[in-house]
Amino acid sequence: MSYRRRASPLHAARAASGCAYCLALVIAALVLSAPLALAALAVAILIAGAGARVLGELARAARLAIPVALAVAAINALVTRDGLTVIARLGDLPILGHTDITLEATVYGGVLGLRAAILILCGALYTVAVDPDEVLRLFRRVSFRSALTAALATRMVPVLVRDGRRFAEAQRCRPGRPPGRVALLRASTSGALDRALDVAAALEVRGYGAARRPAGGRVPWSRHDVGFLLAAALIAAVAVAARVGGWAPFQAYPSLRAPLGPQELIAALALVLAASLPFLQRRGVGR
Amino acid sequence: MSVLELSHLTYRYPGAQRAALEDVSLTVEAGELVVVVGVSGSGKSTLLRAVSGLVPHFHGGEFSGRVTVAGMDTREHGPGELACAVGTLFQDPETQVVMGTPRSELAFPLENRGLPAPAVARGVEEAALSLGVAHLLDRPTGELSGGELQRVALGAALAAHPAVLVLDEPTSQLDPVAGEELLGSLRRLNEDFDATILLAEHRLERCLAGADRVIALAGGRLVCDAPPGEFLEWAAVAAPRLQTPGAALMSGLGLRPAAGVKRARAGLRACGLLADAPAAREPARDAGIRRRPRAGARAHGAPAPALRLRRVWHELRSGPVLLRDVSLALAPGERVALMGRNGAGKSTLLRHAAGLMAPTRGHVEAAGRVALLLQNPSDYLVHETVAAEASPAARAAVGLDPALESRHPRELSGGERQRLALAIVLDDPAGAPAVVCLDEPTRGMDRAHRDELAARLSGLGSAVLLATHDPEFVAAFAQRVILLADGAVIADGPVDEVLAGARYFATETARILGGEGGALTPEQGIALLSARRAEALPA
Repeated sequence: MSYRRRASPLHAARAASGCAYCLALVIAALVLSAPLALAALAVAILIAGAGARVLGELARAARLAIPVALAVAAINALVTRDGLTVIARLGDLPILGHTDITLEATVYGGVLGLRAAILILCGALYTVAVDPDEVLRLFRRVSFRSALTAALATRMVPVLVRDGRRFAEAQRCRPGRPPGRVALLRASTSGALDRALDVAAALEVRGYGAARRPAGGRVPWSRHDVGFLLAAALIAAVAVAARVGGWAPFQAYPSLRAPLGPQELIAALALVLAASLPFLQRRGVGR
Repeated sequence: MSVLELSHLTYRYPGAQRAALEDVSLTVEAGELVVVVGVSGSGKSTLLRAVSGLVPHFHGGEFSGRVTVAGMDTREHGPGELACAVGTLFQDPETQVVMGTPRSELAFPLENRGLPAPAVARGVEEAALSLGVAHLLDRPTGELSGGELQRVALGAALAAHPAVLVLDEPTSQLDPVAGEELLGSLRRLNEDFDATILLAEHRLERCLAGADRVIALAGGRLVCDAPPGEFLEWAAVAAPRLQTPGAALMSGLGLRPAAGVKRARAGLRACGLLADAPAAREPARDAGIRRRPRAGARAHGAPAPALRLRRVWHELRSGPVLLRDVSLALAPGERVALMGRNGAGKSTLLRHAAGLMAPTRGHVEAAGRVALLLQNPSDYLVHETVAAEASPAARAAVGLDPALESRHPRELSGGERQRLALAIVLDDPAGAPAVVCLDEPTRGMDRAHRDELAARLSGLGSAVLLATHDPEFVAAFAQRVILLADGAVIADGPVDEVLAGARYFATETARILGGEGGALTPEQGIALLSARRAEALPA
């Protein structure tokens, strides 16, 4: 899963706006705990994925997110002793001891799992829809070398994976007893270091060693830059306001309380709308 | 005006016994295309690294003399500062492209110079347009082919408008088409934009025609600095291993060697050894050139094949077909070359032969063990000493110097590493393998080492199946050629029949002679034309 420029409003927006948008979704996921609000957030991310034409990539991320969410829900239900409504008595279990499953712990586990899944999907959306090179440019004013190192590390991963695959194939071609693990580890490490040396030489001759701070240059703000920045502000504002103003209340213990009134519905709808609106503007999305 | 001056440059790598460069002095004028030649280990790469400032700033070591690029002394300016005067391109495109998209890659050197965004954008556009990579600008670099990546890396080297462009065997990791495209781009840059280029390249036949000068190195010393024609005359006497096949053909006939197929043809025509206009050749009607017996069939009394593939298919799940109904058989001791463009299925076929991949349909049968040497010999080296990697007998069989046995395998030269890797795959107490498969064994190898490898493989006694893009090596080594396209066999026949009439897969001698008489090597060409000359002489 990697960034690829697509004809979508999110890809057309500058990295600062894209980062802000994804960050706002993360903040909302961390701030909100009402199941309805979190479900609205999940829907908003899926709409964003469809709008950015990366639904396939999000589906692949969901294959990781759903088992994680289920595991979190199951573990919380098993280990939490809080909650008044017992739905299953499992008796004495090894390590866990006396275990009763409560409705509250199960629901709260589900909420935690949903939140984890949303965070994974946000990460996936950021990875496939925000240009990492532009992000590097954003951060180079703060710490250029650290930002480049981070960018390089991710770029080198597939190269090293290919190297590793080749190395494994070569070892299969050796007749006789295979070499010991220590020898293999040593050889693969020195191969990676050789690669690192080559990359370092390439960076040197591209002027990295004498890099200067980039000169400021004004890049005009596009409608997509503005749209996603406003959407980010709106998502964060709705989430914080819902939390502070109590528009999306949720209490798990000792007994469940998750009211479904007009306030809650409006907050959920506002989240979905705020996240979806910038995708309606499709002028100038290609390159 | 000189843009590059080397004055009495001597350099020794840290811990090295002898100097990599010794007392090298030369100047390069603006707009010159200079080719640097020499056998492996002659100091070509070190010379180029001295120009880009990596020697001594990146590598360390002992440095004396002086290198000045566009007025900047490399002792005082490191590679980072020199980057505005020297654009550098190395062999391996994978490790030179560091950003996520070509657009960012081309912008990177400009941003490092602190240029404002509009100047960066302009530089990116110009570099992309001049190298024909504008359509790739927003593709992820991970999805680009080796040739595309190398052109992007060349664009990054060019983006800052350097005074000198330094290229260290930039085509050695590319297939011939991508290599030709890159060299074409270089010629265009030199001719249209007056770019000063210093190019190290093993396959001289591909680049000498467009060069202004050739600099030959041997043992770190400058041994020849002359225009291409004069260099070839010098090489015919002093360094035959550096000759191009065309030059070897001409000098073998007692004619003045010429750089490039066109000039060689003109020289032969002037002597009446070649017809004025090449005879029109009909494309081969029989794509298979010569029908070979069915892979499964065997003539009465003929030995069982060393390797047999019967109707082998390899279809990827939700992906393309890598091999389509491939049937072939190798007789014991037969030497067969697999040719075809990148992605034709050559490496996949070798992996099936060696059992690294299993066919989705069909069968692979071998009369014994199948040894496989993959493209990168370093992948085989896991021990601390050469002696620990392979037995003395196996090392001797591949001609590895016994004095190297206590050395670390990664300290060996490219050719020595390859011989050691070959020793590793051959080293089996159970006996010699029935088949030896090699994937691109001559990639990045100079002519001398190629000849050595050909002799070594011929002496193994096993059947040999090798995938290669190198028609010169095939002509010198193989008995039979199999052409693959889109995973299917499209031609299978004796080398002279398949290569002499071809264009893309032809040797330089075959191209000069237009495929006449099936001559592929300079020796065959000399014999053919000498006989023709003898016939033309009055009795």
